[in-house]
Amino acid sequence: MPKQINVALIGNPNTGKTSVFNALTGLNQKVGNYPGITVEKKEGICKLPRGVKAHIIDLPGTYSLNASSLDENLVIELLLNKKDKDFPDVAVVVSDVENLKRNLLLYTQIKDLEIPTILVINMSDRMEYKGIQLDIPYLEKELKTKIALISTRKKIGINGLKDLISNYKDLSITPCLNASEIDNTYFDKLRHAFPNQLLYKLWLVITQDVNFGTIDRNQVDAIDSFKTKSNADLKRLQQKETIKRYQFINNTLKKGQSIDLSTAKDLRIKLDRILTHKVWGYLIFFVILLTIFQAIYDWAQVPMELIDGAFASLSEWTKNIMPQGAFTDLIAEGIIPGLGGIVIFIPQIAFLFLFIAVLEESGYMSRVVFLMDRIMRRFGLSGKSVVPLISGTACAIPAIMATRNIESWKERLITILVTPFTTCSARLPVYLIIIELVIPEGRIFGLGYQPLTLMLLYLIGFGTAVCSAWILNKILKIKSKTFFVVEMPNYKLPLFKNVALTVLEKTKSFVFGAGKIILAISIVLWFLASYGPGENFNNAEAIVTTEYASSNLSQQDLQQKIASHKLEHSFIGITGRAIEPVIKPLGYDWKIGIAIVSSFAAREVFVGTLATIYSVEDDDVDTITNRMAKDTNRTTGGKLFTLASGISLLLFYAFAMQCMSTLAIVKRETNSWKWPILQLVIMSVFAYIVALIAYQFLK
Amino acid sequence: MQVTLADIKRGQEAIITDVSSIHIPLKLLEMGCLPGNSVKLLQVAPFADPMYLNINGTHLAIRKETAIHILIEISNA
Repeated sequence: MPKQINVALIGNPNTGKTSVFNALTGLNQKVGNYPGITVEKKEGICKLPRGVKAHIIDLPGTYSLNASSLDENLVIELLLNKKDKDFPDVAVVVSDVENLKRNLLLYTQIKDLEIPTILVINMSDRMEYKGIQLDIPYLEKELKTKIALISTRKKIGINGLKDLISNYKDLSITPCLNASEIDNTYFDKLRHAFPNQLLYKLWLVITQDVNFGTIDRNQVDAIDSFKTKSNADLKRLQQKETIKRYQFINNTLKKGQSIDLSTAKDLRIKLDRILTHKVWGYLIFFVILLTIFQAIYDWAQVPMELIDGAFASLSEWTKNIMPQGAFTDLIAEGIIPGLGGIVIFIPQIAFLFLFIAVLEESGYMSRVVFLMDRIMRRFGLSGKSVVPLISGTACAIPAIMATRNIESWKERLITILVTPFTTCSARLPVYLIIIELVIPEGRIFGLGYQPLTLMLLYLIGFGTAVCSAWILNKILKIKSKTFFVVEMPNYKLPLFKNVALTVLEKTKSFVFGAGKIILAISIVLWFLASYGPGENFNNAEAIVTTEYASSNLSQQDLQQKIASHKLEHSFIGITGRAIEPVIKPLGYDWKIGIAIVSSFAAREVFVGTLATIYSVEDDDVDTITNRMAKDTNRTTGGKLFTLASGISLLLFYAFAMQCMSTLAIVKRETNSWKWPILQLVIMSVFAYIVALIAYQFLK
Repeated sequence: MQVTLADIKRGQEAIITDVSSIHIPLKLLEMGCLPGNSVKLLQVAPFADPMYLNINGTHLAIRKETAIHILIEISNA
């Protein structure tokens, strides 16, 4: 009978834990969320020898079992709760051969939980380069485990690891050291009070905020003898415990590991000398950003034009192949253009995700954190706020979750509040289509005006985020302890498989997430645009024909006028014109108005909405951009998309808070409605004012 | 006067002699910032803050305000 075992991957950040996960599961993985919280849950299936299947969970990276964040808490909660359906039959602790000393701290803690544990030493291909030699049999004996020496980069040792996992029953569950020696009297009392419990488990429950199984905190607190330990005492004991663990690890490694520094080469020092340099460091960072934006523009051009053309033909083909009628119109004029509006941005969004994945995988992001901390602190942020602000260019939701490793609550709250100002990938479609329409082509110093405008918009986003942080820092009266520790991992050439999987996963969820909303909205919009009440809509043909009877219009132009007239008097036209007075001062017409209103669900809906509205109006086969370019503003008589209205729209989208999902995440992460509501109101009002000033000034 | 980690110069090596456990987060201790371990200053950002250190083989960066709570003895090199 096939059997399934639970395997938990645990390890410090930057040990290549996710590479091990990818190597074991390949494409058999899915990313979801833990119920109720927004921590990413990665799980997958791995086939082991003899027909055994392993269900593998990639737990969030943690330095120890003493949790200091929500993500880390999750690791302990799973490991302490034997009743959890994911409770591991075997724990696989992933370590990095260059940081074995530090990685083993977590390992000894897990061993104390008496769970069968395998030690994976990853990046073994670096040993020779670093002059490291390991005495594996000795280490296995001292650490009371089996060791898998692997290299995910060179694909060495993965099968050995699979064998070890399938033979997990042979693993010893004896702890490596006796941590209770740090205070014998205290731990003796504990042992007498709860004779059936594991001491280390009790200790974890006492020192942190976790519950497990049959004992919870209150029960422990209820017993007088433990209350005698003050928080300061507990912390001192934790320090003692850590020192004790390191003593054991240092002794073990003294015999089990030898490092010949004379043969070790260190690229890190040379790279750091340049990349974290007081001048060059910042200059390189700026050049990297500039390159990214230029690349997003140039590389994506060809696939984008192909997609654009393909959707126009698809719509035309559908009309020809299917019987004429409302249903065909719905598909050809509502759904296909709506979806095409978003699919076209896949190349650019994939490139953006690619660059962010590479920056993070290579270890460069930590250098940016180091370089920026001092500057960011002036604005009430932390160097670590740079990561959310940069990954916010992909999406504000993971970015807000990435603030969890910011230690100070005030710095973290400010980062959460200002992150939505960074230019997320949902703004990208809006920006691109408007830039295409209103910014001339042409180059200056080899850089196109269009990519430069885009870069400027990104800078405006960052600038606003940083300035509002400065203001919030002055206004918010929150006292919180600040401290800042950031690991500087070694530089790594990003693994193709890791980067590809990240890009694939993120792009997929972007397209499907947005796709669902756009599909629903484009269907609704199509109905509203295709039907209308009263004479004006139903007798459009007669009315327009009479009106233009004297002027010599060609048949085609007449049809065009009729379609426009109908659209204006459809349900959507009526709604649109009702809100027109509000947006007219910004230089928009009712169509843009409808697009803005519908994009309060998600920004990228703007493009889909316009695509649907324009294709209902105009039967010609043409791309959305061309249709938009041709449109005129009824008030001014000139083109609808001019430099003035275009810039005004760009600025509106740069500042307005138009993303329900972000608001929901902010609510969850700050545990209050106060902050998301403030964000929505302040950002949107600010956006309106700036857009108003821009249009009135430029027109 | 006591020498703290904030006084170390770039490229200098030292041994940690004491850490004030009230001011130092547990996380930093767990990364190896403990009495007896070695420390070397690798790089500093502008205004010498934050500091990029090698503590006990771990590469990490901390702020100066944290470094003043770590007592050291500079090795004679």
